[in-house]
Amino acid sequence: MIVELGHFALILALMVALVQATLPLWGAQRGDARLMALAGPAAGVQLVLIGISFAALTWAFVASDFSLAVVVSNSHTLKPMLYKVAGVWGNHEGSLLLWVLILAIYGAAVAWFGDNLPVRLKARVLSVQAMIGVAFMAFLLLTSNPFWRLVQPPLDGEDMNPLLQDPGLAFHPPFLYLGYVGLSMAFSFAVAALIEGRIDAAWGRWVRPWTLAAWVFLTIGIALGSWWAYYELGWGGFWFWDPVENASFMPWLLAGALLHSAVVVEKRESLKAWTILLAILAFGFSLIGTFIVRSGVITSVHAFANDPERGVFILMILGLFIGGALVLFALRAGAMEARGIFALVSRESALVANNILLSVAAFVVFIGTIWPLVGSMLLGRDLSVGEPFFNAAFTPFIVGLALILPPGAMLAWKRGDMGRSLRAVIPALVLALALGGLAFAMQTGRSALGPIGMMLGAWVILGALTDVWGKTGREGVSARLSRLGRLPRADWGKLSAHGGLGVTIIAVAAMNAWKVEDIRVVQVGESFPLGSYEVLLKDVHEVEGPNYTSTMGEMVVTKAGAEVAVLYPEKRFYPVAQMPTTEAAIDFGLMRDLYLVLGDPQNDGGWAVRSYIEPLANWLWGGALLMAFGGLLSLSDRRYRVAAGARKVPAGVPAE
Amino acid sequence: MKLFGLGRWAKCPPYIVALFLLAVPVHAVQPDEMLADPVLEARAREISRDIRCPVCQGETIDDSSAPISRDLRLIIRERLVAGDSDDEVVDFIVDRFGEGVLFKPRAEGVNLVLWLAGPALLLAGIAVAVGAQRRRTVPEAPLSADEEARLQEILKK
Repeated sequence: MIVELGHFALILALMVALVQATLPLWGAQRGDARLMALAGPAAGVQLVLIGISFAALTWAFVASDFSLAVVVSNSHTLKPMLYKVAGVWGNHEGSLLLWVLILAIYGAAVAWFGDNLPVRLKARVLSVQAMIGVAFMAFLLLTSNPFWRLVQPPLDGEDMNPLLQDPGLAFHPPFLYLGYVGLSMAFSFAVAALIEGRIDAAWGRWVRPWTLAAWVFLTIGIALGSWWAYYELGWGGFWFWDPVENASFMPWLLAGALLHSAVVVEKRESLKAWTILLAILAFGFSLIGTFIVRSGVITSVHAFANDPERGVFILMILGLFIGGALVLFALRAGAMEARGIFALVSRESALVANNILLSVAAFVVFIGTIWPLVGSMLLGRDLSVGEPFFNAAFTPFIVGLALILPPGAMLAWKRGDMGRSLRAVIPALVLALALGGLAFAMQTGRSALGPIGMMLGAWVILGALTDVWGKTGREGVSARLSRLGRLPRADWGKLSAHGGLGVTIIAVAAMNAWKVEDIRVVQVGESFPLGSYEVLLKDVHEVEGPNYTSTMGEMVVTKAGAEVAVLYPEKRFYPVAQMPTTEAAIDFGLMRDLYLVLGDPQNDGGWAVRSYIEPLANWLWGGALLMAFGGLLSLSDRRYRVAAGARKVPAGVPAE
Repeated sequence: MKLFGLGRWAKCPPYIVALFLLAVPVHAVQPDEMLADPVLEARAREISRDIRCPVCQGETIDDSSAPISRDLRLIIRERLVAGDSDDEVVDFIVDRFGEGVLFKPRAEGVNLVLWLAGPALLLAGIAVAVGAQRRRTVPEAPLSADEEARLQEILKK
């Protein structure tokens, strides 16, 4: 009964979305206030209905209702509660319901908190948002219905793979979806502005928080997935340039570009058309990501052929929304006249450069991701594109971005003084070069990657610090320090996000350049050197887990005779799932992780052992967190809070 | 091997499957495959990181646990010991398994599109941006004689 209520609520939500997608839009065109006023309540009702639907599916998972096909294929009575709940979105149907739920949350947020929006714009935004809802709810109900009942329910479910039952992975999809779907807000605002035929500074200020929120969620989601890969997959890799990873990375890059270009719209009323285009593309890439993941077309052309219905449906949604928006853009973009003009050397130009580099980087990821598909479908050739390509073709653009960031971020709006900007960053440059030199002198081997990465990361971090310090004026140190406390949060957000990028660059370079790997056969009781450490395989024994058996090694790591850590790497076997897994043992540290993996037993009684020193691994997640935190700080800046409350805020923020 | 049976994977969303295939316990490079000469071994690792496992999706033979990957890793080491250069080893494998095993497509023929797409878009982007910037900053037309006269009048007041 509860399940039927959920199913019914979803169908009802589709109907409400249909109303919301049409009448307010019509009302906005005709200037009919009553029709426009419909949008807000409709968005609220939609959220409640989809919420009921989602709760019903969650209930089915929690109560193990095996009359539902999705529950049977993805759950088991003995599964821990956390993973029963996470199982709701751990499958195609349920995850799409989550997608739609998040879409409704964003829509309702605009309805409830968008009091300061012009009535007409608000009605149009909510209508466009509802159109997306209609498409995805139709997709859900027609091709991927999670409420499908079985005629003969089995006694128990088929369980979820043990590897998936992991906290990192349980929360990875919701964060990613909050990010993907958050970009639909930018899209809706862009399309509404195109219909409206005008866009001003206020528009930039409304779009930016949504983009910022989406970007923060994407950052966290991607970091979670990467962290899971790092500790779970057993060789300390953190990014594989897999199509599915790329699917989340492209929107992240474009959202990064969008939130920078929206600054220009907000502060300078320039780059309007470009920002609109970027908003369309950012959401477009979210849809492409959904298509790639849901259709399986890239990982295997075969999977697509097995289930063409779903793939074609998403492709239609993609074509309709992105194609439609682009046509609208072509018709209306000319009307988006820029008000603020700027010189070639200016903050605006620096942000244009940022946008070009981020967009090109996203495009390189895109073409690399689809190239095997192009090869097999158009050229009839079997082509692969993987990490070595992306390392060579993608990295230069990020290096370029990092190089221009510090001086660019300090240029004045409208007309900057390049010499002044460069003079300000000379200390940062000298210090970064010195750090790079130090890294080069201290490293073993002659790799250029490590020192260059250090230099680049330090340059970005020190540049961000210089930027904040420069905002405190030119008086004495104590006066400047006291002014530091009064800087708006947006400035701190900028420092945190840019600094986080620098930290991430350092970590990626260090992990790629200075990772130490050791693969060998070790007898129990034998020890071997690993970098400056000594690792002893003290014992290997069998352990009985709750639903697995485990072969557990006991390894003692010492440095110069002093014990550093005792680690227990495992090889597990899950009899129900017939799945072996490897559980690496990691000693986390500020400067390095020690990462030990127990391999197969050898004929001579020894064990294959893989050991790694992962330098600065934790800096990677730290950098991602700093970036996300910077976004949150910026989001909490006074001007958004004020704008949310007061209605009489003058449009546009004066240029600095 | 039951592990590679599709039955269990078929029910998972594809992105999970992709992660799973990576998550299969690491049986990659085994100690018994490795060459005693660290320089040759390092070269072998370097090469095998760019070669796709022919029967897997998106896995290098360096990471893959498939038997054919082990064979390929052994072939690479054999060729290296026989004195082949890195390029010769790669050619040897491509001749037998096709260009699809290269994770970094060769920058020739139609693959140039792939390699040059980024730089080309960068140049186009710069051109458009600079062009748009020029258009935006076109100096305003000089004042006409009438306007000039009026200006002088205002200034005199």
